[in-house]
Amino acid sequence: MQRHLISAADLTRDDAVLILDTAEEMARVADRPIKKLPTLRGRTVVNLFFEDSTRTRISFEAAEKRLSADVINFTAKGSSVSKGESLKDTAQTLEAMGVDAVVIRHGASGAPYRLANSGWIDAAVINAGDGTHQHPTQALLDAFTMRRRLVGRDTGLGKDLSGRRITIVGDVLHSRVARSNVDLLHTLGAEVTLVAPPTLVPVGVETWPCEVSYDLDSTLPKSDAVMMLRVQRERMNAAFFPTEREYSRRYGLDGERMAKMPEHAIVMHPGPMVRGMEITAEVADSDRCTVVEQVANGVSIRMAVLYLLLGGNEPAVPNARTNEEK
Amino acid sequence: MSKILIRGAKVLGGEPQDVLIDGEVIAEVGTGLSADGAQVVEATGKVLLPGLVDLHTHLREPGREDSETVLTGTRAAASGGYTAVFAMANTFPVADTAGVVEQVYRLGQEHGYCDVQPIGAVTVGLEGKKLAELGAMHESAAGVTVFSDDGKCVDDAVIMRRALEYVKAFGGVVAQHAQEPRLTEGAQMNEGVVSAELGLGGWPAVAEESIIARDVLLAEHVGSRVHICHLSTAGSVEIVRWAKSRGIAVTAEVTPHHLLLTDELVRTYNPVYKVNPPLRTERDVHALRTALADGTIDIVATDHAPHPHEDKDCEWAAAAMGMVGLETALSVVQETMVDTGLLDWAGVADRMSVKPAQIGQATGHGRPVSAGEPANLTLVDTEYRGQVDPAGFASRSRNTPYEGRRLPGRVTHTWLRGKATLVDGKLT
Ligand SMILES: [Zn+2]
Repeated sequence: MQRHLISAADLTRDDAVLILDTAEEMARVADRPIKKLPTLRGRTVVNLFFEDSTRTRISFEAAEKRLSADVINFTAKGSSVSKGESLKDTAQTLEAMGVDAVVIRHGASGAPYRLANSGWIDAAVINAGDGTHQHPTQALLDAFTMRRRLVGRDTGLGKDLSGRRITIVGDVLHSRVARSNVDLLHTLGAEVTLVAPPTLVPVGVETWPCEVSYDLDSTLPKSDAVMMLRVQRERMNAAFFPTEREYSRRYGLDGERMAKMPEHAIVMHPGPMVRGMEITAEVADSDRCTVVEQVANGVSIRMAVLYLLLGGNEPAVPNARTNEEK
Repeated sequence: MSKILIRGAKVLGGEPQDVLIDGEVIAEVGTGLSADGAQVVEATGKVLLPGLVDLHTHLREPGREDSETVLTGTRAAASGGYTAVFAMANTFPVADTAGVVEQVYRLGQEHGYCDVQPIGAVTVGLEGKKLAELGAMHESAAGVTVFSDDGKCVDDAVIMRRALEYVKAFGGVVAQHAQEPRLTEGAQMNEGVVSAELGLGGWPAVAEESIIARDVLLAEHVGSRVHICHLSTAGSVEIVRWAKSRGIAVTAEVTPHHLLLTDELVRTYNPVYKVNPPLRTERDVHALRTALADGTIDIVATDHAPHPHEDKDCEWAAAAMGMVGLETALSVVQETMVDTGLLDWAGVADRMSVKPAQIGQATGHGRPVSAGEPANLTLVDTEYRGQVDPAGFASRSRNTPYEGRRLPGRVTHTWLRGKATLVDGKLT
């Protein structure tokens, strides 16, 4: 494993599988009466959020606390953080406090990369979403969810997603989730198809390890998982598509469309969902929709990532591995 | 002592000759010239060029003296072999009045390292709404003939048309920063494979090309001269080539960095590579080199854009755009054009001195190296190889993309009207 987690593209297949397997161990902790491990006792983790995201911050915070880390939340939104140098200033303040890891969310693509590679700090850097670039722990929790559902919770251990067909639908252009997922799912052996109106597909996508289609209906029957991306209504005003209704008609997932998917196929969404726009309530509430599991899995994945980046050689979960076959 | 004998220099890269400077002019060019009463500069093996002329320099004074001043900028220019620079108008206050351009012009004269020809803004405050007092700037002591809103595009077609027409009265030229503003909202780098991966806002080639296409058509329609700043794409080259074949009075410039660097470097997220227009692809770089060689692109201009460290030592999106270039331009041109066989030294003299002086009407610069001409000269050690060390820059800013990079060639001497501004690589 590398010292930082900046991009899903930085993970090898073995790294990724190790994280998924470790997350399975972490998930078992959630089933215990005391959901806490001593693993990161005495280590300090900062959640450095320059951009609002209560969901992601709470998920990381829960993961950190379950690993017994000391947690500092730093929310820069609303303060005078507009000039770039403040990222460096903030980083150096954290460095002076002896922080071991920084979980950073930033509106600018590349900010976590700069933080990790500019010599400003020594701490491990975990990218919790940067601009329209990457959100690697989201991709990992999505892959974790797919592996559990499509391969199996126990039978999936040590395995990747070879041969599974994943369709990602919506605003690919502005989506760090799409970028991260394309990279990671490809590494894990899955076949990825992006579906979006041409205005929401980036110029240059032809070099990505995936297919691109503008037609959702023809893609659905060939999908083991369909991931719906959030579409912001503002995009309509910027002429990315004509009307919300037209978008829904062509790229929204409703019950009728869901019926075209294979029996076993699942519906995913990184949340928060805009019901009625990209997904209907009927689909969102069906048992094929994994949104709630994704949230729970997010904590396990983030525990695994924190443990693997920061943990020593101690087993993450005492006695857990000896009970397993591996 | 007013006589200087430059002995054995390859004038414009040709056979070794002696050049005798007497006072402000070249007195004699020949072989075996007498050194009697003259200070001798041994120049065997070196190339002698007419002093370089930069049509696109940001000196930052007035307003951003923390980045650069007329003094530090002209010292950087002399270090790079320049004897004249055209100072862009995007200062604070903007150079849109006779008062501001005269101030910049006078500072250049006072410091004496390099002639400074101010460029006047096309529109008031670079806002693109109302023509600045172009005539008053022309009639001022600064004698402005080049007008540009550089940093911003004159995107309103009517304003651009009027500016092109208006400057005809005194033979001026409008230098366009070709950037369609709507197509480049939120733009951070070249739109393409790399931007798609990095998730950085794309600056599409067509945003440059569409403005160039429009402007050459406007220039044709009103019978005016238009100059395209820092052209950066293969498509732009095609449009300029077409316009020239049609007889349209268009000239174009390319920066050294667009001749050498590509958008692949943005993968480092290091803002030292953030520049406007952005670094493009390998294919564009080759098209630009070819176009400079065949004359489709007329000149090399640095777009020297100094910024203080803190404006670059941050995340990409927050960083200022631009890189310094005066002190490395000739080396980059040697590497990309001369050492590749695309251009000889006479060609370099043409693209970096003769033509820019003509476009900007800097009489006295870009002249032949022959008797009776002003002694504006640059001596280059073309055999030199070494790493770029920004610590030695005369520019107040250090935002060079070439730190630690090996580049060929080094300017050893610069003379401005017979007065040495650079001797053995050291400023006087
Ligand atoms: Zn410009």
